[in-house]
Amino acid sequence: MIPLYVSVATRAFRRYSTYTAATLSGLFTNCVFGCIICFVYLALWDQRPNAGGYDASDAVTYVWLGQAMLMTVMVWGGGVTNDLAERIRSGDVAIDLYRPVPLIGWYVAQDVGRAGFHLLTRGLGPTIVGALLFDVRFPSGPVAWLGFAVAVVLALLVSFAVRFLVASTSFWLLDASGPNAVAFLMAAFFSGLTVPLVIFPGWSRDVVMALPWASYIQVPADIWLGKREGWDLLAGLGFGVLWAVVLFAACHLVLRRATRKVVVQGG
Amino acid sequence: MADQATGVIGVSARGYRDIARMWVKAALAYPASFWMMAASQFFLTLLDFVGIWIMFHTIDSLGGFDLTEIAFLYGATAFGIGVADLLGGQVERLGELIRMGRLDGMLLKPLPLLVQVCADQFALRRVARITQALVMLGVASYWVDWTPAKVGLTLVMLVSGSVIFLSIFVVFGCVQFWTVDASEVANAFTYGGNTMTQYPLTVFPKQVVTALTYLVPLAFVNWYPSLYILDRADPYGFPEWLRYASPIAAVALVAVTAVVWRAGVRHYESTGS
Repeated sequence: MIPLYVSVATRAFRRYSTYTAATLSGLFTNCVFGCIICFVYLALWDQRPNAGGYDASDAVTYVWLGQAMLMTVMVWGGGVTNDLAERIRSGDVAIDLYRPVPLIGWYVAQDVGRAGFHLLTRGLGPTIVGALLFDVRFPSGPVAWLGFAVAVVLALLVSFAVRFLVASTSFWLLDASGPNAVAFLMAAFFSGLTVPLVIFPGWSRDVVMALPWASYIQVPADIWLGKREGWDLLAGLGFGVLWAVVLFAACHLVLRRATRKVVVQGG
Repeated sequence: MADQATGVIGVSARGYRDIARMWVKAALAYPASFWMMAASQFFLTLLDFVGIWIMFHTIDSLGGFDLTEIAFLYGATAFGIGVADLLGGQVERLGELIRMGRLDGMLLKPLPLLVQVCADQFALRRVARITQALVMLGVASYWVDWTPAKVGLTLVMLVSGSVIFLSIFVVFGCVQFWTVDASEVANAFTYGGNTMTQYPLTVFPKQVVTALTYLVPLAFVNWYPSLYILDRADPYGFPEWLRYASPIAAVALVAVTAVVWRAGVRHYESTGS
C-alpha cells in the first residue's frame, strides 16, 4: 500500500513540474506581492514597533513565509481537489471509487506530491528572495526547524481536508464554484494572509486563532519565529492535529453519504 | 475613415453585448452558485479593507494618511480594477483559449478578436466588486471637502483608472501569446497594482513611485487625482500637473496596449495540432 501511495505522490510531483513557465511566473508574482506587503507592514511596524508581539523583522519574515506557504499549503484552495470536483461533476469519480485504494488516500497522496513540488519551488524561492531583499529571520535551532516542518505537514493535511470538503459539495450541487469562492474568501482572511492573526484586536484574535485556518500560516510562522517554544510549540502542533483529525473524520463521513447517493443516482 | 472607425466600434460594442448577454443567461441557470459567488466577491474585496481597518487598531495613520483617506484611495482603485475585471478580466485565460484551439475559432468570426476574448465567459457577478467599491467611495466621500472641480476630477479618475487597469490586464495578458501558461505574471501587475494602490504610495520607496508614474502608470489610477481631491501636497514632490494627468496616462497606455496586442496576434501561430 505504502509503495503505491509513494508512486502516486511521485507522479503528482512530476505532473506539476512539467509547467516551468507557470512555476516561474507564479514565483515572480509571489515575490512582487511579498515586496508590496513588506513595505506596508514596515510602515505599520515603524509606527508601532511591537504590534502583535512582533518586531519589524518578525513582520517581514511573516510576509515571506506567507508567500512561501501560499501554494505549498494551497491556502486559497484548488489543486488536486479541483480535479476531484470536476470528476464528480462529470461522473468520472465512479472510477476513483472503484480503485483498490481508498479515495481519500489516493487524493492525499497526490496532494503531498504536489505540495512537495510547490515547497521546493514556490516555497523555497520566495524565502530566498525575501531573505536577500529584507531583514528576514531564520529558526534559531533544530527544534524550531523540526517543529516548523511538522507544522507545515499538519497545515497541508488541514488544508487538504477543507478543500476535500469543499470539492465534495459537487456531489450535491454539481458545481463547486460557489462553495469554492466562499472557501477562498474564508481562507484568504482567516489564514492571516491579509493581516497577521496576531494583530487582530481583542477577542477576535482568540476566535481566529482557534479556527482551522490558523494552522495554515500563523502557527508555522510562530514556530519559525520562536514565538512558540516548549509546551507552546507542542500546543501549536496539537492544535493542527486536532483539526486534522476532526476534518478528516468529516471527510470520511461526507464521502460515505455521497457514495450512497452516487449509487442511488447510478441506478 | 472616421465613419469606418465608428462602424467598428459600433459592431464591437454590439458584439460584446450579445456575447455577454448569453453568458449572463448561462450563469443565472445556476442561481445558487451565482449568488454565492457574487456575495463572496463583494465580501472578498470588503475583507481587504477590514484588514486595513484591523491595522488601524494599532496605528492612527499609515504613511501619513488616516483611515478615511485610505478608504477613498481604496474605493477608487477597487472601482477601477472592478470595471476592468468585469469588461476584460477574461484576457487572463488567453493561454487556455490558445491551448484548447478556441482562439482559432474566434479568429474566423466577424468580430475583433480582443472583443471576443474579453466577452468570453462574461461574469456578471463581478458587478458585486464594483458595488462594494462604490459603497466604500460613498462612505469615504463624507470626509472630503467637495467642490465642483473635485467632483469632476473624481469622475475623470474613475474612468481613467478603469481604462488603465483594463489596459494592464490586456498588455500583461499578451505574455500568453509567447508562453501559454505564464498567465500569472499579469497578476503581479493587475492584482498587485490594485493591492499597492490601496495604500498611500508614501508607504513605498520613491523609486517604486517613480516606476508607478512613468513605467507602469498605476499611480494615476487613484494616487495623483486623490492628492488633489484630498487637498494633500505630494509627499514625494512630483510635478503638480500629474494630478490632472490621469487621462493622458490612460490614453498613452491604451496606445501601447494596442501595439502589444497586435504584435501578439501577429506572433500567434495556432497550437498547430
